[in-house]
Parts: sequence; C-alpha cells; structure tokens
Amino acid sequence: MQTNFTPEQLQDPELKVANGILRTCVHCGFCTATCPTFVELGDELDSPRGRIYLIKDMLESGRPASELEARHIDRCLSCLSCMTTCPSGVNYMHLVDHARRHVEETYTRPLPERALRSVLAMLLPHPGRFRWAMRLAKLGKPLRGLIPGQGTTAKRLRAMLELAPEHIPAPQPVTGTHPAEGARRGRVAMLAGCAQQVLDPEINAATIRLLTRMGYEVVVPPAAGCCGALTHHMGRHDPAMATARANILAWDAEIAAGGLDGIIVNASGCGTTVKDYGFMFRNEPEAEAAARVSALAMDITEALARFDYTPSRTAPPFTVAYHSACSLQHGQKITALPKQLLAKAGFVVKEPAEGHLCCGSAGTYNMMQPEISAKLKARKLANIRRTGAAVVAAGNIGCLTQIGAGGPPTVHTVQLLDWMAGGPKPKAIEGL
Amino acid sequence: MIRLPAPKPEVMARRPQILAGLAALVPADALITEELRLRPYETDGLAAYRQMPLAVVLPRTTEEVAAVLRFCHQQGVRVIPRGAGTSLSGGALPLADAVVVGLMRMNHILDINFEDRYAVVEAGVTNIGITQAVAGDGFFYAPDPSSQLACMIGGNVMMNSGGAHCLKYGVTANNLLGVKFVTIEGEIFEVGGTHLDGAGYDWLGLITGSEGQLGMVTEVTVRILRGPEGARAMLAAFSSIPIAGQAVDAIIGSGIIPVALEFMDRPCIHACEAFAHAGYPLDAEAMLIIEVEGSVAEQDALLARIRDICAQFSPISMKVAESAEQSLAIWKGRKGAFGAVGRISPDYLCMDGTIPTGELPFVLGRITQMSEQYGLGVANVFHAGDGNLHPLIMFDANDPASFAKAEAFGADILKLCVEVGGCLTGEHGVGVEKRDLMTVQFTADELDLQRAIKSAFDPAWLLNPAKVFPLEGNKVLDAA
Repeated sequence: MQTNFTPEQLQDPELKVANGILRTCVHCGFCTATCPTFVELGDELDSPRGRIYLIKDMLESGRPASELEARHIDRCLSCLSCMTTCPSGVNYMHLVDHARRHVEETYTRPLPERALRSVLAMLLPHPGRFRWAMRLAKLGKPLRGLIPGQGTTAKRLRAMLELAPEHIPAPQPVTGTHPAEGARRGRVAMLAGCAQQVLDPEINAATIRLLTRMGYEVVVPPAAGCCGALTHHMGRHDPAMATARANILAWDAEIAAGGLDGIIVNASGCGTTVKDYGFMFRNEPEAEAAARVSALAMDITEALARFDYTPSRTAPPFTVAYHSACSLQHGQKITALPKQLLAKAGFVVKEPAEGHLCCGSAGTYNMMQPEISAKLKARKLANIRRTGAAVVAAGNIGCLTQIGAGGPPTVHTVQLLDWMAGGPKPKAIEGL
Repeated sequence: MIRLPAPKPEVMARRPQILAGLAALVPADALITEELRLRPYETDGLAAYRQMPLAVVLPRTTEEVAAVLRFCHQQGVRVIPRGAGTSLSGGALPLADAVVVGLMRMNHILDINFEDRYAVVEAGVTNIGITQAVAGDGFFYAPDPSSQLACMIGGNVMMNSGGAHCLKYGVTANNLLGVKFVTIEGEIFEVGGTHLDGAGYDWLGLITGSEGQLGMVTEVTVRILRGPEGARAMLAAFSSIPIAGQAVDAIIGSGIIPVALEFMDRPCIHACEAFAHAGYPLDAEAMLIIEVEGSVAEQDALLARIRDICAQFSPISMKVAESAEQSLAIWKGRKGAFGAVGRISPDYLCMDGTIPTGELPFVLGRITQMSEQYGLGVANVFHAGDGNLHPLIMFDANDPASFAKAEAFGADILKLCVEVGGCLTGEHGVGVEKRDLMTVQFTADELDLQRAIKSAFDPAWLLNPAKVFPLEGNKVLDAA
C-alpha cells in the first residue's frame, strides 16, 4: 500500500518500522472477516484494515490523535486474529502498539476515562494493591445495580464490579527457588505474573508442582514482576518498559548465574509480550539481554511438550472444551499443542466453533469496552455450550475469568495436566 | 490515474442538507460523515485508486436501503454500493459527490432448506459464511472466489464472481436462484425464487454481473449442493511456464474436468509457501494444483489418468495430498496468493483476463516478454482450467512512474487476451480498472446498447456511475 511519509519522518526509527508494516499491507480485506469487532459491528472502521488506514493517516499527518481515532483504536481487542489471517504478513501488533502509544501521548481523554485508566494501571500490575482492590470490589459488587446512568463511565464501573470474584483466595507466595524432585534435568525461570496470582494462585502452584515433579528446578526471582502487557496495551510506554526492564535484568542475571532452559509463562497474554521484549528493547541498552530473554520465553505447554510430559493417572471420562486464548493461538501461534497435551493426559477434547474469535476479555477490554465485550462473551459461551463439555480449559487468566462468569467451570490447562500427573484435582471442578 | 466525473456542484453545495436528510432515515451509528472516518472508505481491494465519498451509510434492513436510495434519487445524489470492499477492479471506489451504501451489517442467514437445497441470506453474509452455515449437514455453496473468507454474497452477485471450483460447478450465475432487488427509486422487487429458472424474462440473468449499476441486491437465494464423498488435490511441478500451460491444455483436451485446475509460477509458489507451508515445490518454474472429487475409486482413476498426462511433459515432481490437512494447506496457499504476493512486493495490480486454454502457452510466454520490456516483475496465479488469467504485476506505489508502467503493462496484457479471442474480465468485473479498455472489446454501437440498459434502470446514472463504461461518449455523465 502507498504511504506518504516525508524523508524527515522516516528518520524516526519508530515511524520507519510503521512505514515498513504499512507497506506490507495490500488492502485485500481478508482480515476483516476474522476480526471480532468487524463481525459484531459491521463497520470498516472497526476492522483491522480500517484501523490500519486510520493509523496510516494519523501517523502520516503527524497530528495529535482525536476522539475519533482513539475510539476506533480503543475498540481493537489486540486479539491478533488478523495476523493469523493476513496472507501478506502485516505485523499489526507492532503497528497498533505504536498507535496506542501515539494516542496516549497526544490525546487527552475525558477525565472519568483518564481516571479509570490510571486506577487500572496503578492496581493491576501490583498483586498487593490489586488484592486489596478486589476485596473492596467484592464488598461493592452487590451495590453495582445502584450505580446510576447509562453513560460509558457508569457502564464501565458496573463491568468492573461484575468481574470481582466472589472468593478471593489466600496469597501463595512463589518467589525463590523450587528445587527439582529427584534427579535434576534442568532449570527454568517462571513468570509469577500480577493479576493472575491474586485471582487464582493455584495456576502458579500447579505449574511449579508439575515442573519440579518432572525434574526441573523452578526459580522465581523476586525482582521480576508484571510483564508490562497491561500498561503496554494502554499505550503507557514508560511504565511498561520499566516493568519489562526489571524482568529482563532479573532473568538475565539467572541466565548468567545458573543457566536457564526456559522462561516459563503460564498466562499467554504475558507470554506474547515477553516474546516481544526483543523487539520492544531493540534500541535500548538492554537489547541483547532482551533478545536472550525472548528467545528463552515459552508458554507452559511448549515447555511441557519439550520436557516430555507424561501422565501418571487415568483421566475421568469427561469432555474438556479447549478454549484457545487469542494470545496463544494468534499471538504465539500455538494451536495444536495444548489440545495434544490434554489428549495425552487422557481427556476427550472438543473445540468450540468460531474458536478464532476472542471471548472479549482482552486485558482490560472487558472493563473499558463492556458492551462489545459482553456480546463477544455471549457468542463464546453459546459456542462452548454447544460442545456439551463439562469443563473449559484455557491458557490465559483473562479468558478463564471472563468465561468462568456465566459458563461451565474453567481451569487452566496446566491444572488438568498437573492433576493427571499426580497433583490435586482442581478446586473449580471438585464437584464433577 | 483514472479520470472520475466532475462532482455535481449542486450536490456538494447542499452537503449539510443531504447529511441531515440521511440522518433522518437511519440510526445515528449507521451514518458516517466526519472526514477522518470517511478516509478508510475511500478505496477497496484496488488501493491504487482512491476518492473520498460524501458520506457512508451502513443500513441494517432492506427498508433502510430503499429509503436511502429513494432519498438519493430525489436529491440527485450518486450512490456507490459496497460489500466487504474486496473488489480488485475498484467496484466500490467512491465519488466525491456520492453516498457509499455498505451492506456489511446485513449479515444474517434467513432460511436454509436442505430438502429443496437452497439458502436465503442477506447480502452482507460472506461467501464462506454460507458454506459454514450448511457444512454441518454435508452441504456447500459452490462458487469460491479466493477472497471467499471476506467477500460478501451481494458483491458476488454484482460481479458474477467465480473461483477455483467453478471449473466444475459454474460461476455465481449458475448457482443463483433469486434476489431481493432495490431500484434507485427505492422500490423493492423479488426476482427469481427458490427454484431454478423463474417465470418470465430472465431478470436474474440481467442483474447478475451488473456491477451495482442497475440496483442494489439486499437478499440472495442460492443453490446449495451436497458435498462430494471426498476430494483430493495433487501438485504437479514443471520446468517452464509454457510447458505447464501445455499440460493444462492436454488435461482439458482429454475430456477430464477436474473440480479445480490452478496454475502458479515461481514467484507465486515461493510467496504462498512462506504463508501456507503447504509443501509447494520450490524448485519449479510452474506448478499446477489439480483437484478431483468423488468416491475413492473415482479419485484414484482420475488422478491416475491426470498423472499419465502430466508425465508426458517431463514434470519435476508430482505429489498427491495424503491427508485432509495437506489439502487444506494446499488451498490455503492458493486462496491467499494475492495477499501473499504482498510479501515480495509492496504493491501489485491484479489482472483478470480470460483466454481460450489452447492459447495459454503463447499468452504466458508473451507476458514473460512484456515483464522484461516493462522492467516490472509479474507473478502468475490463475484458474488455468477455464483460461482465467490473474497476472499480478508488481510495482511500488510510492513511485508514480512505476505505477504508470504497471497500468500500461496491465492494459497490454488485457488487449492481448482480447486479441487471442478472450475477454477483459473473467470474474473480477470491469469496475473502474478496465473501464477504458471496453473499447478494445466492444464497438461504439455495442457500448451504446449496453448503456441503454443502464439508462432504462437508472436514467440519471446515479448508481455506481463511473464504472464499466468509458466516460467518453457517455451522454449523461460526460454531458458537461
């Protein structure tokens, strides 16, 4: 596609990358068909091709973003379904990341929205703060119907309270070194994450149990924390880079200290970002370390396949619907692996129709875009119910929370795999 | 750059009133008027041509479409129908004084009847969406343009779209039973029905392929077919383009009609393999994808005969897909071919000429020579079985000289198609892209006769007016 950047603009390394991405697009329109927001809203402006065009126009002109650009870019889930579909290989992820940063830096959002975004950016990446917020939200949840009005802010506040879990589990700290059981086969680092360890600490516990049982030492350096995805997707460049940098330095120190056979991520939204550190830091002093970290990053299912996961129990005869998180299937192109592992563990695995469409969770999307998110959730739940499965397995905490509220019980894939390899039965399916 | 008719000054001057009038007809979220939000609607699958419209309307019902057309007719405002915006001939290119009417929100399946084998769907349902809706019961909708994932059935009707499997099953016209049709005056007609060949004149035949110039289609009734027992694709790789062309001619000449017989040359094979990982032969100058279907015995017999024929042309390799996944990957590469060329060239012009299959070796040889003369790369991927060429001319849109050369190269290819007894367009439509070449195919009298049909439906030439016919000699559009 033709672009109209001046030679001066192309001196900017970020714009140069954006120009390269735009020039790969041939405007064929295939991406529109598999974009959840285009399918729901039926407007070119809410399709990848339309957004690419809006972004192109905005960046070429160099003008500050306006409410209109913010509106359509904010409606993008960053599910990256378009990248799976695109025959030309357009890197939409890097383009929309660039655009989100441009919006964040040049457009002043209305005060209530700015406040909400700031609160989310302050709370979510910090487990301690987030746990307190969840406790308060739980108290406020029964009162959500009392929030007056049909305005965007009111809807967002109601959506936030709606998401607060009924039960907030006790914290299970995981920092430190978890030695391998029996002969040590290797050593890995694990991303402990942020929101996930508050909402469901059992996911990290199951990951550590399974890996140590398989003979891997698991280290969780105390200096590593949130991966930066939440703020990165809000366009908040500096905080995202700061948290990512902390992880890079912490893990690179572990690489130097004892060597690592992998950096294990069990929330695929985070995994997509950690695998992108190499790109994010390409012009930073930590470029080499970031590239090392990205090269070692792997989803827990990739690690289990590589380390030759073997079950030790006979699975109960119930059917598992495997929900393919967008960050896993589109962001990391991991599609068959989790299903193969679940089948190896002995489960009957079914895949819901329209598996390429996002469930509407998408980081903070279900709070910031509650209406579109609710439509996608209803669509996803209907497709899941048609499988007749008793339980839903997925590899991302966002999806598990979104689908779990109103659908069949949800568990992380690793919890089922740990169970079949000698771990406890996941609490969510105790009754089954 | 293509010439567009001058905007009507009286329409441009009354823009605020026209927008207010439209706003009274559709919900607020169905009308787009801000310049910034109109921008992504300035083009379609032929991104080299761009023009901002006056406004965009996204109706949800036939009644809304009718109301908008009626209003535009009263106000003398031009209308550009739009589906998914995947046209490669610029079929949905706007005009500065025109309202784009997009049917993307009319995406519901209305009725499926397996007993009588038809489906009634809204015009904004994607081509593949029809097959997906009936596949669970073993049925499919046959025409399958490469853009079938995204392109919409209303657009398929308007362009009489084809696809790889049309060699056996025919194009849109052969699979269409009826449409709901809205005239520029806002009248709603039902044309055809739920069975083949309605009573009276064949209005359906006239509307199919009319490129949005006679009216807008909002609902479509199509024939659905029971799927074959099975299908298998094979790849045959050859050492030169003309030799592969001879193999195509020999297969068709033997009386075998495969379901699909597709051709790809070296640049295309490499680009598509990078996207689809289908195991395409990277050492070949040209490759054929040949698909047969039926019972296993039928497939085996046909594949054996096809292998024997190909063997006479010293193939580099021949490979039959061994699983459904392999077949899928082979087709994923073919269907994504145009986009995949985006990996090796920033821009391309996709030609769409049709020639007698006997002329394939000659025409392909000439295209290679022209590519050298113009100094522009060309990737060939096309429906070889029915002689429908799709040379993709690679150029750089950021270099105006390169674009001008590409346009001239394309025109030369299409002239060559007509010269050897073929036609300007196989399935993409004339649109705006091939408009000025119509004089190569038709005499002035023939063009006037066709224009008279358009005038009978739309005397003021409000519907998609700058397409299909050259502006020169148009008594309504070019009067000024």
